[in-house]
Amino acid sequence: MSYSKPKFKEKYSNFINGKFIAPIGGQYFDNTSPVDNSLIAKYPRSQKEDVELALDAANAAKEAWGNTSVTERAALLNKVADIIEANLEEFAIVETCDNGKPIRETLNADIPLAVDHWRYFAACIRSEEGSASELDQNTLSINIKEPLGVVGQIIPWNFPLLMLSWKVPPALATGNCVVLKPAEQTPSTATLLMEKIADVFPPGVFNIVHGFGPEAGKPLASSSKVDKVAFTGETTTGQLIMQYASKNLNPVTMELGGKSPNVFFNSVMDADDAYLDKAVEGAVLFAFNQGEVCTCPSRLLVQEDIYDAFMERVVARTNAIIQANPYDVNTMVGAQASNDQYEKIQAYFKIGKEEGAKVLTGGEIKRLTGNLANGFYIKPTILEGHNKMRVFQEEIFGPVLCVTKFKDEAEAIAIANDTLYGLGAGVWTRDAHQLYQIPRAIKAGRVWVNCYHAYPAHAPFGGYKKSGFGRENHVMMLNYYRQTKNMLISYDKNKLGFF
Amino acid sequence: MERVVITEVAAKVLEQLKIKHGALIFHQSGGCCDGSAPMLLEKGDMYLDESDILLGTLNEVNFYMNKDQFDYWKHTHLTVDVTEGRGASFSLEIPLGLRFLIHSRLLTEEENQFFKVD
Repeated sequence: MSYSKPKFKEKYSNFINGKFIAPIGGQYFDNTSPVDNSLIAKYPRSQKEDVELALDAANAAKEAWGNTSVTERAALLNKVADIIEANLEEFAIVETCDNGKPIRETLNADIPLAVDHWRYFAACIRSEEGSASELDQNTLSINIKEPLGVVGQIIPWNFPLLMLSWKVPPALATGNCVVLKPAEQTPSTATLLMEKIADVFPPGVFNIVHGFGPEAGKPLASSSKVDKVAFTGETTTGQLIMQYASKNLNPVTMELGGKSPNVFFNSVMDADDAYLDKAVEGAVLFAFNQGEVCTCPSRLLVQEDIYDAFMERVVARTNAIIQANPYDVNTMVGAQASNDQYEKIQAYFKIGKEEGAKVLTGGEIKRLTGNLANGFYIKPTILEGHNKMRVFQEEIFGPVLCVTKFKDEAEAIAIANDTLYGLGAGVWTRDAHQLYQIPRAIKAGRVWVNCYHAYPAHAPFGGYKKSGFGRENHVMMLNYYRQTKNMLISYDKNKLGFF
Repeated sequence: MERVVITEVAAKVLEQLKIKHGALIFHQSGGCCDGSAPMLLEKGDMYLDESDILLGTLNEVNFYMNKDQFDYWKHTHLTVDVTEGRGASFSLEIPLGLRFLIHSRLLTEEENQFFKVD
């Protein structure tokens, strides 16, 4: 079964104060589909004044929204989830068109997970209890959580609706108003969402402003009218946003990527069974979402005594990947999201080969035919080398796996931790001791043990080291969007006696 | 001898942006999404200190990289180029529908000695 490119309007608007509003300056940019490099539609090239308009609307709405009951807010979050779910296929097709990822993924992962995150935070806020302590016989300390106010959020293009659904629900659930800037490469599902949920929230509570980073992102991140900024992206912009936040003494959360090790100990090959089959798939998950995942398991570490036998299976499984029309439900790997990513990945092939990495499979672009010949396709690639090579140290953000051997546990841990980043890691073993001790020794915020690339709500996700800080997908996210009001109450009728 | 150079076509884009924005710097980014690419920023926008290594100057525009990142890059020679594209970062060429990117090669023996790379 195959879908086709959906119909779009000629141009779209920002969503501010409960209405679709054209950019004040009247400028738009062309958004194209990486599937075939064809035009999707024009989206607002917003400027500072558009961002200000959204921030003013959010600030005007925050008092009333912050005072709504959790019952009401949870109900509205659930309503959004129901609306996305009822239109799942439409969201999936638009996402595939805008991002280039296969329809199999958007139908089964991106959109259903997005739905679940809205429901999860509705449940969290509804079931949460506050805290109170009797400090002495006459003194009670009550902690009340209050919203920060207005939150600015900047999200990436690799999982457009899902990243929105990681960031927006906890902010709204806690009573904040949101101004969100989607990535300019993928503005479509955020816009589709606002078309579907335009009347769900009171005006000004949830605003979307499209545009480019330097023109719209920077004014949002640096505005004194925001009380917090949440960002997913890369390190230089992350550092800049923290700087801007420091001027306003605002809190931030940062998710800045990684170069995640996926470690396979020799016991995975103790039997040729379902588990080994799962482990081989676990190594090939580097190609999931065209490698455009912050936690892409892009460094494969294999114990030397099983290296040849294990890699034979990994290469064979990689070669069996179907890379074709992203709208076809059988396609496993689609297009890279943009031309510059496509060029960047090819530049890494060049330096990888020059540094002496051996190409075990792939290592070049994939030419598809017809309209797809204009799209951005890269063959799933495995490079064999060592951890000091640049391809082992930099996030390529493509379907590119770099594999190396290790001798023992100590060397596996040393290689796994020899990176600037610490977002994700994978550990595969049948040894009960290793499956606890090795994850504890790896400096990363998420270690998948005998699995990989699962992102369920209620499992906290975030980075160590240069991968950032803050934990998403979990109830603890609520406190990243709140401050604590401590009420210290005296029930003592008698004065202190000081004055 | 240079660690970092710029292609003619990228230099033209750089000149265009200097006219619009004034003094600029490049800062090499790492990490996800639009990372692993040079960011062109207004000079003074980013706080720089001894943790930022100055790799060279391209048409009066200093090119910096974080020291920790440089440790993994120091054996390579970089060329700033430009291609059609988009980016969600704050890099100043993005509104032009262009994106700077890096081509790399290994330093030659002579360059290695010159830059005293281990």
